[in-house]
Amino acid sequence: MRNPRIAPSWRALAVQTLLVLALATLAYLAAANAAQKLARQGIVAGFGFLERAAGFDIGQSLIPYAAATATYLDAFCVGLLNTLLVSGLAIVLSTVLGFALGIARRSGNLLARSFAAAYVEGFRNLPLLLQLLVWYVAVRVALPSSGDPAAWGGAYLSQRGLFLPRPDFFGLAALVPVAFAAGLFAMGLLIRASHRAVALGKKPVPVLWPGALLVLGPPALAWAGLALAGHPVPVAWPARGPYDVEGGLPVRPEFAALLIGLSTYSAAFIAELVRSGLDSVGRGQREAAAALSLSRGQALRLVVLPQAMRVIVPPLTSQYLNTTKNSSLAVLIGYPDLVHVFMGTVLNQTNQAVEVVALTMCVYLSLSLATALVMNRYNARAAGTRR
Amino acid sequence: MRSETEGYVRKTLIPPAPPPRRLGGPLAWMRTNLFATWTDGLVTVLILAALAWLVPLALRFLVLDAVWTGTSGEACRPEVAGRPVGACWAFIGGKINYLAYGSYPAAERWRPNLFFALLAFGAAWMLWLGAPKRAWGAAYLFGVFPLLAYALLAGMPSVGLASVATGLWGGLLVTVVVSMVGIVASLPLGILLALGRRSDWPVVRYACIGFIEFWRGVPLITVLFMANVMLPLFLPGDVTVDRLVRPLVGIALFAAAYMAEVVRGGLQAIPAGQMQAALALGLTRTQALRAVVLPQALKIVVPGIVNTLIGLFKDTTLVSIVGIADFIRVLEAARADPRWSAPAVPATAYAFAALFYFAICFSMARYAGFIERRLAAGEAR
Repeated sequence: MRNPRIAPSWRALAVQTLLVLALATLAYLAAANAAQKLARQGIVAGFGFLERAAGFDIGQSLIPYAAATATYLDAFCVGLLNTLLVSGLAIVLSTVLGFALGIARRSGNLLARSFAAAYVEGFRNLPLLLQLLVWYVAVRVALPSSGDPAAWGGAYLSQRGLFLPRPDFFGLAALVPVAFAAGLFAMGLLIRASHRAVALGKKPVPVLWPGALLVLGPPALAWAGLALAGHPVPVAWPARGPYDVEGGLPVRPEFAALLIGLSTYSAAFIAELVRSGLDSVGRGQREAAAALSLSRGQALRLVVLPQAMRVIVPPLTSQYLNTTKNSSLAVLIGYPDLVHVFMGTVLNQTNQAVEVVALTMCVYLSLSLATALVMNRYNARAAGTRR
Repeated sequence: MRSETEGYVRKTLIPPAPPPRRLGGPLAWMRTNLFATWTDGLVTVLILAALAWLVPLALRFLVLDAVWTGTSGEACRPEVAGRPVGACWAFIGGKINYLAYGSYPAAERWRPNLFFALLAFGAAWMLWLGAPKRAWGAAYLFGVFPLLAYALLAGMPSVGLASVATGLWGGLLVTVVVSMVGIVASLPLGILLALGRRSDWPVVRYACIGFIEFWRGVPLITVLFMANVMLPLFLPGDVTVDRLVRPLVGIALFAAAYMAEVVRGGLQAIPAGQMQAALALGLTRTQALRAVVLPQALKIVVPGIVNTLIGLFKDTTLVSIVGIADFIRVLEAARADPRWSAPAVPATAYAFAALFYFAICFSMARYAGFIERRLAAGEAR
């Protein structure tokens, strides 16, 4: 519709000038009103409050945080890290579950198809908030009470959460994660070698079993070796205290409910994206793969999915962004994410509404912006290789 | 060329396969649909086992062991009933008026009822594609109905309707009001924003892009918090904003941004030739937009609009977090009533809410799918 040959007319100029003036006036009036009201409440504008002592405790923190010494800035960082933690894990889980369900919707098995369809319709058509309430309230009451937790091999489960043994990888024990990282790297090399072999027209190098061995073998060897050498990896075991299970690695019910709720909800949407991606690949591709005597699984993995990914990836990233934004529902069940800690507790304590709201929104906006930039680059690349 | 594909090419002939044993009948059907391979068979057995566990469980809870009548939580206690107890539907029955109207005065409940009826009338007019004078239906739903609804619900002492404070509204009524305001405000605003985003005028274009991307980039819950604390700050003097209106403003702006992107998709799908042809016929740009481009664009985005509305309807539950007594919050309050305390009550409440939201969202999704298929059939001709 845009036509560059039409010269800017006086009307265009007038309307746009008026619009700028109107927006500026509105902004000025809002700012003036806010400044006046804030001054009346005795609130000093600016981000100086971030340096002040917070004085409240946070239930779960990835970084050292003590109510006595922490500042509001520390609280902000704790909330941000908690948001990133739960959304990152939810993205991984929902991707695995979503791809499985999406592929199941186009499988030859009638029951798998119907089951996946029922899952998608059920989870997509219920509000996430209701699902979180179900996980946090209804499912939790079905768990054993905190006085009488269920125990399996050193782990405990009760209404107060899941308590896992926690290996501490410090000192010599750091060899285990290093071995794991080396195994991952080796698997990456193996995958590349396999791709190169295919590109050169040779038989692909087997990846799955050797890869699993490469990733899991070295850390297991390191663990066993350290134990034999007399420096076993120290493990903090949870133990029954007087009131509750203590120690180990606690998985709080708020975190677990949010993670499960977010993952299962997003998986339904990802399944739909995967399904439409699979549908976008022509029938002929499957038939040609079958004619080359590839099995259904091979055809899916080597022929259909790689082509479907071009359709799946762009909406998938915006779904990931949605998952991150949806994690702000944490405030409902009390998981200390960014919104709960910062827009809830900090805002209530300091009354620095403008700064707190601006800072929180900036975090989410920059995440969106970063995703959009990455997406644009991917789209440009994908458009270049499209056949 | 040959060497490039060698890795996948068989070097020997496959031995001839035996003739298929059965091609028809239930056994052959099961072989192809349920037990085609070993993994398929395993999946089938696993799903059947899960169903064998889940279906009786759900059936017992929802129907067989459910308590249908009673006047308090006593009736739903296993030790009182003397049998295992499933859902406590008596709780829903006892609270149904609270769930529907909140604390709306009992003598005035005909007003929300009339509001629901007027809404159902308008919605049916718009959704039934063969209805007469659908343009008037739109005018009714987006112009007359909101004013009528406001006068009816909030009250208008000059015509004898006592005013009812919004703090008393609750339950289904508030959920419907929030969704309606979101829909009625977001559609026109979204269309304007979508047009503005495609405008030739840079100021208008960038203002619209900034507006849309801002609201789409932040979570709704932060918008609601912002509306709660910032809206009163920005307004002059001692002007106060009703507690129900604050989240409504937030939801309307938020939904408008999403609606704008849906409408933009429709505008982009209309070939430029339509606009050019309209201009060549001597129509002004405004006339061309109104009479040629927009009708076509809006028609093809109806499924998208309905999907956005489903999202909006689900998102209205978030207002419960900022203290508005919507359906979920009223349900939580009813669940906490000590008179109705019984172990099965929370699960019953959530099962009821799930059925309620699923029924509405699923039927809206079905409607969107129906329109989509109709449009596709129209295209195929």
